[in-house]
Amino acid sequence: MDIGWYLVLSAFIFCIGAVGVLVRRSPLVILICLELMLNAGNLALVAFARMRGTGDGQIFALVVMIVAAAEVVVGLGVIVAMYRDRLPMDVDEMSELKG
Amino acid sequence: LEAAVFFAAAVMAIGGALGVVLQRNPFYSVLSLVVHLIALAVLFLLLQAEFLAAAQVIVYAGAVMVLYVFVVAYVGGLEDPLTEPNPLLRRAAPVFVGTLLAELCVAILGSGLKAIDTHGAQLRPGFGSPSQVGELFLTRFLVAFEVVSLLLLIAAVGAVVLARRTTEGVG
Repeated sequence: MDIGWYLVLSAFIFCIGAVGVLVRRSPLVILICLELMLNAGNLALVAFARMRGTGDGQIFALVVMIVAAAEVVVGLGVIVAMYRDRLPMDVDEMSELKG
Repeated sequence: LEAAVFFAAAVMAIGGALGVVLQRNPFYSVLSLVVHLIALAVLFLLLQAEFLAAAQVIVYAGAVMVLYVFVVAYVGGLEDPLTEPNPLLRRAAPVFVGTLLAELCVAILGSGLKAIDTHGAQLRPGFGSPSQVGELFLTRFLVAFEVVSLLLLIAAVGAVVLARRTTEGVG
């Protein structure tokens, strides 16, 4: 398969994730949609690594995976804290950064 | 055969992504994401990134998704209204994303990169194998490796602090 196909596929997945982030309201689902966008970026990075024939893009993709894991851990911690404080699970109502 | 595998995995990946966005129940969203991640691992294999494919399945589809399932079960499968009640955003989102998609496709297909219409460069044997990834990580990208390990430590500590039971008004 040509590299271009992979890049177009990653653009599609990125846009689906962007729709999710814009349209959904539950913070949990928004985190999952962010995951989707990060994975689309990863696919493009791996495709470019294949195109150039060097391993650099794969290292970058691995680092993105690790950063995504860190983001998930902190995000889920925030969601659990929100649930414990009986805050509404709705990002439109959570518009203040007050502890 | 490669084309058949690519299209099967691409359809699975897009289907999984659509499932994530369209499922009303967050639990099914997480399961769709697992399907999506496994399809992406197949694509990584097609791109000769063996180590990344294995890490994707084990770390992502395994560990991170288990974390998601735990939190969904803990918070409860709250049914979530599918669309935004704010009519402006609901109407603007498809327009914005459609524009973004068109722009990305134009940027990719009109980029003039000659290698984009090829299968990619000639590869050395062992490309994408764990030994090559590890060697790059511990030589050229040593700084990134150390920074990322520090970031993971900070994230783990931060999550513990955030999700701790708040007693005596701390937290």
